Amino acid sequence: MEDQKLPCVLIDCIGEKHGVYEDHAELLKEHFCLITMKEYNENKTILGKKIRAIYMWYHKPVINEELLQSLPNLKIVASSGVGIDHLDLNLLSRYGVKVSNTPFIVSTDTADLGMALMLASSRRLVEGYQMAVSPDTEYFPANWLGAEVSGATLGIIGMGTIGYKVAERAKAFEMKILYHNRKQRNKEEENAVGAIYCKKIDDLLQQSDFVMLAVNLTPQTHKLIGKRELQLMKPTATLINISRGLVVDQDDLVEALQNKVIKAAALDVTYPEPLPRDHPLLKMENVLITPHIGSATKKTRLLMMENMTESIQAALTNHPIPYEVLL
Amino acid sequence: MSEQELPGLLILDIGGTYGVQENIVALLKKHFCLITMKEFLENKKEMSKKIQSVFVSECRPTVDQELLESLPNLKVIGNSGVGVDHLNLKMISNFGVKVTNTPHAVADSTADIGMALMLASARRLVEGSQIAISPHTKYFAVDWLGVEVSRATLGIIGMGRIGYKVAQRARAFDMKILYHNRKQRRKEEEQAVGAHYCEKMEDLLQQSDFVMLVVNLTPETHKMIGKKELGLMKPTATLINIGRGALIDQDALVEALQNNVIRAAALDVTYPEPLPRDHPLLKLNNIIITPHIGTATVQAVQMMAEEAIANMLAVLNGQPIPSEVFPK
Repeated sequence: MEDQKLPCVLIDCIGEKHGVYEDHAELLKEHFCLITMKEYNENKTILGKKIRAIYMWYHKPVINEELLQSLPNLKIVASSGVGIDHLDLNLLSRYGVKVSNTPFIVSTDTADLGMALMLASSRRLVEGYQMAVSPDTEYFPANWLGAEVSGATLGIIGMGTIGYKVAERAKAFEMKILYHNRKQRNKEEENAVGAIYCKKIDDLLQQSDFVMLAVNLTPQTHKLIGKRELQLMKPTATLINISRGLVVDQDDLVEALQNKVIKAAALDVTYPEPLPRDHPLLKMENVLITPHIGSATKKTRLLMMENMTESIQAALTNHPIPYEVLL
Repeated sequence: MSEQELPGLLILDIGGTYGVQENIVALLKKHFCLITMKEFLENKKEMSKKIQSVFVSECRPTVDQELLESLPNLKVIGNSGVGVDHLNLKMISNFGVKVTNTPHAVADSTADIGMALMLASARRLVEGSQIAISPHTKYFAVDWLGVEVSRATLGIIGMGRIGYKVAQRARAFDMKILYHNRKQRRKEEEQAVGAHYCEKMEDLLQQSDFVMLVVNLTPETHKMIGKKELGLMKPTATLINIGRGALIDQDALVEALQNNVIRAAALDVTYPEPLPRDHPLLKLNNIIITPHIGTATVQAVQMMAEEAIANMLAVLNGQPIPSEVFPK
């Protein structure tokens, strides 16, 4: 296949720590002429004009004004995942560059992880595992207990696609479901999962045994959960975060956990990721942290790649972009 | 009613390593005169006649021939929990003593643990948590992946009360549900959870991404999962056990996991518990083991005690017994 006929797409690199997966790269090469940042930097004058799209895999390559100025024919930045808080949308708009994400494909896996964190935290699964395999274990203590998930009250903050899928799953565990959202969902949607709307976030916080954050990160949701919100929660409650680290005031969270203001936290996301190795959250017994794996399954990552390919192809042929992010 | 008029109930101990916890003791004291093993052994002559019931929790106290012979007025063994494989039902029956268990109290919490293990294993939760806090971690690799639970195929072996609750939960994850059971469930029950009956266990094993064992341990189910069964499973499949350790041929499981015959295992139960510290299962990295915590919640422990109490009182008062267990 002649490289020149395929549109040129800029990627960070293939393989290594943050690069495009090798097997994905093989599939992408059927549609695009892939140019790595290294190749681009070695030949900016020629390649700069050829690049028509950027395939942004896990926030790389980093896009700044300098780069945009050198890519006169850039039409679209396709970003992996649903979060777009890492992009300067105003900057991209000024250069007439469209943006796409992969909104729906990540929802199921992320909802699954939210459930996994809630169950693992409540039933003390990681602690239990450590006991089961520890060389020092001689017996299993009789009165070592967790707390029940079935029948408990789950408060979902952010009832978008992911939040709603969490509600569908939680319903099967006969949980009482409360939710807080910018907009109330319609009655059929609420009834389907038995979810009760809490216009005031305080009401949700005061009644929930588990509080799950499923909002996106915006200036409005930045540090949405701070000292005040944590104090409104039950002392027996668990905070679960599958959204973005910055939705929680981490210093306030550390204090709340240390003083037993809440019982526990389970976080797939922090700020930054990873946390500095001396961060207090890493040492706390009642904290479960996972390395931002909400969408980390083989199938979903492949579908993300396919979504991004579709968006790029649509932009380059002047068709409506399936997963465009509008300002 | 003064304490002496309440029927005598033998328990292992109050508190301590293996004893009954304080709030459960308080519950029991409302209906029984509690006698610990220590008190019984120190004063067999007087105590032996008083004891009409024994409360067995986490397999203790051990109910052997010697104990049964020394309790002439014993009417019932009230087991906390649903599994009774640790009790010699025939021997106990020969002494004219009834055995009861607590099938209702255990169902939700055990189904929850089954789901917790399946999700934790598929999404590599334990491994992930170790990476997140390890002093050596400098970055999170983007090609670190698990497998999907939603829309995968779950094969439930044992569709009793607990198995059915697992199916109800799994359905909400859009899982395709297969099940194998001594008896096929009614159509309405199957349709309510979208479960397909596999008369032959082999069919279930070959099609499932996750195989969950939810049967009780009997001579028929002992080592029901061995080399042959593991060989029939997909190499991408995960085996989850929330039944009893002895349902699985553990040596065959070690071999299967070492040779990637199956992807992974997640076990809440093993044989014995705990495993010897040099057991090969403890060294594998594609296994999660939890210390038999299927009913280890504050709520379940309370409910099990209440169910056991209701059963024991029914026996002592000559009323219909909610959950009597009979020898085969």
